[in-house]
Amino acid sequence: MRAADAFTPLAQDQAAAISSRPSLSYWQDAWRRLQQNKRAIFSLYLIIGLLAFTFIGPMIWTVDPSSQDVDQISIAPGADRSAILVKDYEPWYGELSEDFVANDNAVGLTFAVAPSTQSVRLSWQAQGERAAGGYRIYRNLFPITAGRSLGLPLAETQSLYFEDRLDLRPIDYYYSVVALNKRGEDSDLVATLSTTVTRVITRREAERRGLLGAAEQVAYGHEFQLKLHPLGTDYLGRDMLSRLMHGARVSLFIGLFAPILYILFGVLYGSVAGFVGGLTDQLMMRFADFVVALPFLLFMILFKVIFGIGPGESGIMPMLVAMVVLLWPAAARLVRGQVLQIREEGYIGASRLLGAKTPYLLLRHMIPNTMGVILVTVTFAVPSAIFTEAFLSFIGMGVAPPTPSWGSMCNEGIKTMLTHPHELIFPALFISVTVLAFNLLGDGLRDALDARMRNRE
Amino acid sequence: MWRYMLKRLALSVVTIWFIATATFFGMHAVPGDPLTSDKATSAKIRANLEAKYGLDKPLTTQYLVFLRNLSQGDLGISFTQENRRVNDIIREHFPVSATLGILAVVFAGLGGVLWGALTALYRNRLPDTIIMFLVILGISVPSFVIAAIGQLSLVNLNNLAGTSILPVGGWGTVQHMILPAMVLGLSTMAYLTRLMRSSMLEIVNSDYIRTANAKGLPSTQVFSRHQLPNAVLPVVTVLGPAIASITTGGFVVEIVFAIPGLGRYFVQAVQQLDYTVIMGTTVFFGAFLVFMVIVVDLFYGWIDPRVRLD
Amino acid sequence: MSIAEPHSESSSNGHSSAASALSSAALRQLIIYFGAAIAGCTLLMFALHYLASAFSSGSTTAIAVDPENNSISIYLKEEPPSLNSTITTDSVSGMVLNHVMEGLLRMSVDDKLEAGIAERWEVTPTHATFWLRDNALWSDGQPITAADFIFSWTTALRPETASEYAFLLYSIKNGRAVNEGTMPAEALGVSAPDPHTLVVELEQPMAFFDKTVVFPTFFPIREDFYNATNGRFGADAHELLFSGPFKLTSWVHGSSLLFEKNPNYWDKDRIKLDQINVAYITQDANAAINFFKDGKVAFTTLGAENLIEAQRQGWPIKRNQDGTLFFLEFNHRDERLTRNWNLRRAMQLVLDMDELVYKVTKLPGFKPGVSIFPEWLMGTNAPLREEYPPPQLRLDTAKAREHLALAKEELGLDEWPPIVLLTSDSPVSNIQSEWVQEALKSKLGLTIKIDKQIFKQRLAKMTAGEFDILLAGWGPDYNDPLTFGDLFASWNLNNRGRYMSDENDRLVREAQGSTDTKTRMDAFGKIQHVLFDDVALLPMFERGVTYAVHPQLKGLKRRVIGADTDYTNAYIDTSAGGQ
Repeated sequence: MRAADAFTPLAQDQAAAISSRPSLSYWQDAWRRLQQNKRAIFSLYLIIGLLAFTFIGPMIWTVDPSSQDVDQISIAPGADRSAILVKDYEPWYGELSEDFVANDNAVGLTFAVAPSTQSVRLSWQAQGERAAGGYRIYRNLFPITAGRSLGLPLAETQSLYFEDRLDLRPIDYYYSVVALNKRGEDSDLVATLSTTVTRVITRREAERRGLLGAAEQVAYGHEFQLKLHPLGTDYLGRDMLSRLMHGARVSLFIGLFAPILYILFGVLYGSVAGFVGGLTDQLMMRFADFVVALPFLLFMILFKVIFGIGPGESGIMPMLVAMVVLLWPAAARLVRGQVLQIREEGYIGASRLLGAKTPYLLLRHMIPNTMGVILVTVTFAVPSAIFTEAFLSFIGMGVAPPTPSWGSMCNEGIKTMLTHPHELIFPALFISVTVLAFNLLGDGLRDALDARMRNRE
Repeated sequence: MWRYMLKRLALSVVTIWFIATATFFGMHAVPGDPLTSDKATSAKIRANLEAKYGLDKPLTTQYLVFLRNLSQGDLGISFTQENRRVNDIIREHFPVSATLGILAVVFAGLGGVLWGALTALYRNRLPDTIIMFLVILGISVPSFVIAAIGQLSLVNLNNLAGTSILPVGGWGTVQHMILPAMVLGLSTMAYLTRLMRSSMLEIVNSDYIRTANAKGLPSTQVFSRHQLPNAVLPVVTVLGPAIASITTGGFVVEIVFAIPGLGRYFVQAVQQLDYTVIMGTTVFFGAFLVFMVIVVDLFYGWIDPRVRLD
Repeated sequence: MSIAEPHSESSSNGHSSAASALSSAALRQLIIYFGAAIAGCTLLMFALHYLASAFSSGSTTAIAVDPENNSISIYLKEEPPSLNSTITTDSVSGMVLNHVMEGLLRMSVDDKLEAGIAERWEVTPTHATFWLRDNALWSDGQPITAADFIFSWTTALRPETASEYAFLLYSIKNGRAVNEGTMPAEALGVSAPDPHTLVVELEQPMAFFDKTVVFPTFFPIREDFYNATNGRFGADAHELLFSGPFKLTSWVHGSSLLFEKNPNYWDKDRIKLDQINVAYITQDANAAINFFKDGKVAFTTLGAENLIEAQRQGWPIKRNQDGTLFFLEFNHRDERLTRNWNLRRAMQLVLDMDELVYKVTKLPGFKPGVSIFPEWLMGTNAPLREEYPPPQLRLDTAKAREHLALAKEELGLDEWPPIVLLTSDSPVSNIQSEWVQEALKSKLGLTIKIDKQIFKQRLAKMTAGEFDILLAGWGPDYNDPLTFGDLFASWNLNNRGRYMSDENDRLVREAQGSTDTKTRMDAFGKIQHVLFDDVALLPMFERGVTYAVHPQLKGLKRRVIGADTDYTNAYIDTSAGGQ
């Protein structure tokens, strides 16, 4: 057993008694926790990136989003862009050059001139009675094999020539000419010819696209590089990158503000209904049911009329208002459910005993405690608002063409999903990144704002 | 309880009357009418048409006629589907939509709860991350893309297998329902997954869970008796209106899979301004929604006795 | 040294270990729930299945081509809105009706007019007479008589029927008066001297009256059957009586229709198929292609984006023009800028319809528009456009700008205000209107505002004339150039832009009133020049359809007038390879 003096009293240290932690307000604490969340910080960088893409992007990539490059429609990113300068287009009525020599296939099928993306000119020899119904011209992207169809029927004609101008791309084609019987059905008399089409651009088009000055002297046959489209082009030959940048404005605006506004309203409405309860709650929630049951499309049309949006005018603000007016009940219902549960918790009773007023209880206890579900709802409302905008624009109620938006680019891209996937993938990717960023941020915010998480980490 | 139910029913009737009235006058305020078509009609033919459908009467008269017929359960005759009664349209097509909708909601609800619970348990770890990415993909891609891709994959699968594993479209048997229901329920499932995760995480930190753990309750019991029922509450809240919205919003899936549901009649009626079908489907769907909300409210009180209904 | 930190660390450690203990147990629990959920789902599906089958009849079974039962399966793009031939107006109902009904005359395989229920006929300037076959029977075995036609025509004309296509019957004496209610139905100029002779009095000489009777509005209806349906005629399969090659034996609304060969049809030997099963109703083009690829339907329409896949699969691809002309219609009302000829001319000189068709629309079968008369219309002996070549247009941007400057001066403008282009909300017109917008902007510097409206709202604006330019389409009602030729007559209600030209009106009257083919065709030849020179409209393209058919299905016919698509002459050829 040691002596009592084995314990020496420690010199009194004021500092140790005081908590080393500075006193933090709720919001300061939340901000501190948000900063510690790596995912949330990552999402903040993503959002900054998206904003830069939207607002700074168009200053760097100054291509007009509505300018149509019809020589490069639905071009995938990184496609070859070389084109050869040729004369302006002249209609052709089957005249042949003097040195023309017909091939010796079944119908003497020959290309009258070198095939180019401007036109492919076919010529063949008369087959007399065997072609009583004329001729049908087919084009195929794949080699013709026995038992398979000859491909795309381009035309039927009584003449001995045909000019193909339909969507020609610099690839291989297999042309067939079939003699038709009296009833217009294919006979056995057929000849097939394959070719590789070269990409050309006419002088007029080159001037229009600014590749060539009006007075500039360049010999025909000169090779040009057509305009660069880093992310390819859409169904009208418009630059995807530029459209994505300009489309971001509409999509981010409606995708962020609409959900925030209507969910904010829903949260206030729902928490009041849930908290007050009784008949007020009943009446308020029945009104919410009423709004949900209204046919959305019909009332959207009505709003357009009420707001007096003229033809071809942008209706973003009315659309925003209409979405807020019609879409809040879901959030209200959700929050009311949460509040019904929370108002029975012990701390609410305690707070009430301490003299807390209703607004204080709502803002300080109820809403922060429902923040989790609210944030999930907001983040999920982002893509649905983006697609609602696209749908409404499609039926003429949102932004007027040619203003792009991600949602409408997606809608357009679906049709060509299998042939030109880039038209769908890029806008969908941007929507996904936006949703990802706001989901991560929402998660981070939820953790940061959750009062119960305070002092836990 | 019975008094509460009675009050609810009375309020429901008023709600439906409001819905019907707002839709009726909203519909007539929209430019255009059901009688116009691509080819112009002479004034006389138009007058004949108006007389036939009673559109020549003043709007208030039309409204009163509508209310009188509605009270007798008669929703009138469709403008676009000549000679077809709206009652028949609902009777024939609603069961299809409801079947599809219920299946989709069950699929979404179960999937959402399970995946949500899983992500909460594995919070910020690999399963959570993977499911999160799938969820984001599920909601960032519009439903018609998912429907189209789903159908195309099935066609390719059938071609590969050489037989029909599942039908690609149409309606009638269980096999016809599987893919459409999954596609229809996907975005709701994604939403419920995130909602469940969020509410699970809030509950993990709550006092009663700590108490339950502290008093030595087996963790399976803590999970199934305390955590799950409490976390599932927001899911239940969402589910009621979700059934209504999925049943009415099956339009895209119904078109892609050639399913004879009511959803496409509803959407087409608005585009065609088919007055009687708009009114019929809106009132019917409104009543359905109100009913679902009542069911959810009752269910709510049952799951969480703290929630007082009155 | 703070005391808060160790505390907080231990707390978080404790928290996470507790969580992991919880998680492994909970995971087991979850897996059990999951299994139970799957089992529950399966049970539920079967329960729902039986519940659903109690309400709706029949499930979808489809085989594209079934040689065993001699049947084929197809799809329709929408539910036929009305099979009551007196009021029907749309093409889907028209397709169904043309398979189950036959009128006095019909279109042959070679698109010529041929005898139907009437074995011969005669049209004079005052009368048209039809002699009905003795062996023409209704599907219930009773003979088809002239009274059935008279009943159907008078029914269509009665004001209370409110038929939109009643105007087709105005060519019959007193037809208009009956429809307007100023004369009783009995006053209609049709009579039956005997049950198998139908005599029609004409309101005025009409050279092509016989061509109009192939239209569904002219199909027969038997009075006793019609009255027995109690106002529900045509609403269901059993509310119809058939005079044509097939009977409609089942109609599950929104889902399927079944046609079976009609044993009482007078020309039944011509019909080779026993059954046509409409297995799906969907307006989704991709879904239809998927059904085709899956071997469920024998026919599918192809879009430009499906052509590569169709060629890769080696499907037999066919094309056909559907007869519809699409054009930009100008508003000629006084308050509109487009009343100015120089402005319209400037637009005419810059819009390259070849570019639109070959590079933007990208479908074979589409033809760049050059005239108000499509290529398929026949003239006296040869196609109208061969006999009367349409005016040649040479695009010239420089000249267009001169016209534009003149227009600006004439209109007294400092700046060009935006010009409104009214279009529908279909994806195709979307692309076309954006193409027009950009072409006019880049070549003429004009600002075009696209006014996209859904169906009924667009019609309301068209009727009220709230547009400068209208993206319009016109499909033929009957096989005569007049169906296009009178479109811009000042009295025509479909002349939405109120174009007015005395010269054009005179020519239309000449074509309407004359029974001499040459005179009429001369008038049409002049009309296309008047409309071109006046730039009343800008023809954009003639629409075509591209489609794939099952290799074993032969004899499928697509038509401009009548049933499109027509399976009445189709047959299964098992010698052709399977898909």
